[in-house]
Amino acid sequence: MPAPDVALIARKAEIVRALSRIVPGEGVIGHADGLVPFQSDGLSAYRQTPLAVVLPETTEQVSAVLAWCQANGVKVVPRGAGTSLSGGALPLQDGVVLGMAKFNRVLEIDLENRCAVVQPGVTNLAITDAVQADGFYYAPDPSSQIACTIGGNVAENSGGVHCLKYGLTTNNVLGCELVLMSGEVVRLGGKGFDAAGYDLMGVVTGSEGLLGVVTEVTVRLLPTPQMARALLLGFASVEAAGAVVGDIIAAGVIPAGLEMMDNPAIRAAEAFVGAGYPTEAAALLIVELDGPEAECAELAGHVRAIANARGATSIQVSQSEAERLAFWAGRKAAFPAVGRIAADYYCMDGTIPRRQLPHVLTRITEMAQSYGLGVANVFHAGDGNLHPLILYDADKSGELEKAEAFGADILKLCVAVGGVLTGEHGVGVEKRDLMGEMFNETDLACQQRVKCAFDPDLLLNPGKVFPRLHRCAELGRVHVHRGQVAFPELPRF
Amino acid sequence: MLKDALKSERPTTPVEVLELVADAGAAGRALEIIGGGTKRSIGAVTGAAAVLSLAKLDKVVDYAPEELVLTAQAGARLSDLEQLVAAEGQMLPFEPPHLTGLLGSRGEPTLGGVLAANLSGPRRIRAGAARDHFLGFEAVTGRGEAVKAGGKVVKNVTGYDLSKLMAGSWGTLAVLTEVTIKVLPAGRTELTLLFFGLDDSRACELMAKAMNAPVELSGAAHLPTRTAARKPLKGEMAVTALRLEGFEASVAARTEALIAALKSFGRAEQLDAEHSREFWTQVREVEAFRGDKRPLWRISVAPASGWRVGEALSGDALYDWAGGLIWLLSQDDPAKVRGVVHALGGHTACYRGEGSGFEPVVGSLAALSARVKAAFDPNGVLNPGRMAKS
Repeated sequence: MPAPDVALIARKAEIVRALSRIVPGEGVIGHADGLVPFQSDGLSAYRQTPLAVVLPETTEQVSAVLAWCQANGVKVVPRGAGTSLSGGALPLQDGVVLGMAKFNRVLEIDLENRCAVVQPGVTNLAITDAVQADGFYYAPDPSSQIACTIGGNVAENSGGVHCLKYGLTTNNVLGCELVLMSGEVVRLGGKGFDAAGYDLMGVVTGSEGLLGVVTEVTVRLLPTPQMARALLLGFASVEAAGAVVGDIIAAGVIPAGLEMMDNPAIRAAEAFVGAGYPTEAAALLIVELDGPEAECAELAGHVRAIANARGATSIQVSQSEAERLAFWAGRKAAFPAVGRIAADYYCMDGTIPRRQLPHVLTRITEMAQSYGLGVANVFHAGDGNLHPLILYDADKSGELEKAEAFGADILKLCVAVGGVLTGEHGVGVEKRDLMGEMFNETDLACQQRVKCAFDPDLLLNPGKVFPRLHRCAELGRVHVHRGQVAFPELPRF
Repeated sequence: MLKDALKSERPTTPVEVLELVADAGAAGRALEIIGGGTKRSIGAVTGAAAVLSLAKLDKVVDYAPEELVLTAQAGARLSDLEQLVAAEGQMLPFEPPHLTGLLGSRGEPTLGGVLAANLSGPRRIRAGAARDHFLGFEAVTGRGEAVKAGGKVVKNVTGYDLSKLMAGSWGTLAVLTEVTIKVLPAGRTELTLLFFGLDDSRACELMAKAMNAPVELSGAAHLPTRTAARKPLKGEMAVTALRLEGFEASVAARTEALIAALKSFGRAEQLDAEHSREFWTQVREVEAFRGDKRPLWRISVAPASGWRVGEALSGDALYDWAGGLIWLLSQDDPAKVRGVVHALGGHTACYRGEGSGFEPVVGSLAALSARVKAAFDPNGVLNPGRMAKS
């Protein structure tokens, strides 16, 4: 992280007083005990006590807090529920955490236009809860959906097991109210299908809290599918399971969910929840189909035939809603299940072209052996998003460092085979220093200039996403003269 | 035309694009950026010293149907790509309109052009827009720098999602040289239900009801009486159309459910797959409004408010996207058109006629948009005047 500003830390009392004038009552936390719960997010290996926490309740307060912080050079880290798996909400020693938890109201449900206007602190699942009696739901379903907030989902462009068919957050939000670091309030998008001017909503989504603070979100609602049916398919090899995934898509079927688990993940999940998984299988696929009953039945027939043709060792089709949920129970409990077989685990999040799966899993197994660590793989197979869970013991000296090095090697491998560093968890602090694997200096400078357009003093969530923050004035220079571009030594295409 | 007198550059490699943009920047000259040049009349560029055409950067770089990903150079022709993916039983999910007939333009629309314009057809209501399928790109910014962003896989959150920013920026931020999009399997079959004689408000009500049913509607359009009477439909009554796509058994089941849910709107007629395809091509291309000399507006509002636009303004309307997209032929004062649409929370673009172009964004959003423009193209090398003052 950037070196903390000691002079600023010395001004703590003054900062807390000033913020308390903007957000009175219990709105500002400055004493050490109160700051403990904010020390880390879902990436708990990283911890830092912030200077203070401010918990505003209105857009006006957010605007005033940000304007004051900008005027006084105080860094700000926005935070929803703190469930980020990449350290997106990791505090700064010399920065204020802006907690959005009090923005917890559903403001409007507009079924005529199939959208809801909600405050950013509303949890992902609470949106569905608010509309399901009317036959609607909000599609993106990150696994932390009972806790994570929609504001955090916008910041991280969160996915979930159903995003192959229904898209990520960015495909399911229509508009937002955004407060810039200057305190200016802008409205992006709306209830219509497209907005005037540049698609700033699109670039704010997934910007990891570096561009602005969302104070209101308009999300798209979908009618709840009539039913869903799941198939549980066991295979003797990862290659066979991977081939089935390709065959299903080649047959024109886009399942609502298409998950894969390898043998260590299957065994851990089965031991934990007893979902009825075939523990001898090398790979397990969960294929979920949704829609009218006739569609589920027809597609289940296609999937079954494909699995048989590839020599599936077991095929189960859910016959009831309870059975479908049981099939999912093991997958949904995969992370805590792995937590039972190892002291600690470290979850990675690369995406690869699916055809590279057998190669990548073989290499991961080899790397695990050379690092002397265990690994279990769960995989959003439909969209190529891999979640290797690296098993380690933080109490053993050097194991965390080994796990991190192993994780970095996996992500480098993902990029090397044509994939990306992160499919849904975000870059945050975790993968920040790996950005150079995917992007050269020119690419990163281009992204940072967008940051400068929103936050020229680089006060909003600094230390995340970019390996190095260049001053905006420096980036603003045009490095072109008679076709002589900057960094001529770097490859361009 | 003065424009056609401009020097035209047709680079054949991304490096040549880089050199042309860098040279123009160094010399303080502006460039008009085109793909096939079919949408040049919308928001005309002013003050460009030369035209930079991507038409010769037209190769398919990689198409892996089982990965649902297609990478092509920006000048790849849309119709070629449509054929390429159709041969694998796939489609460009956002059903991009070509609009050559509507705009009376020659040439072939390109993938880069349709992404830069973020143009999407009737399936937008279900599958999303061009921007939703735009996974990554390589481009040359107005600074004369070659950059890449996004990726070549369907799920990626690494770095800012600059593809979204490129979509709908009409070439004012960077010159796309290579783009990657998500493709999807095409529906095995399709079927359209037609309802007749509904007024605009009742039609919007019907479309909302259909959209709110769990039937995965992939098209919802309304042609009021005068629009339906024009070529190519030449109908006698207003037509409201709903499209279903997918596997045969599923389409049949959803058709039945939809008919039952919409009984109160009268008897529905069915179009089989072939006629359905023909009908939706006509809607996508706004064929009813070809060759009309009146100003043509493209209006975006919340779908349930669509009919109010037609009610408040004179002229002829065609409603797509369940009422959320209105094509309007109208001789009303442009200020009146914009005023009505703004009052409904929407926005306009004038695609044909005097004052053709986009409306400027206003307030603090305008300042922010200007800073974003400056981040990519501080000296205004790319497409000056194309997106108003933003």
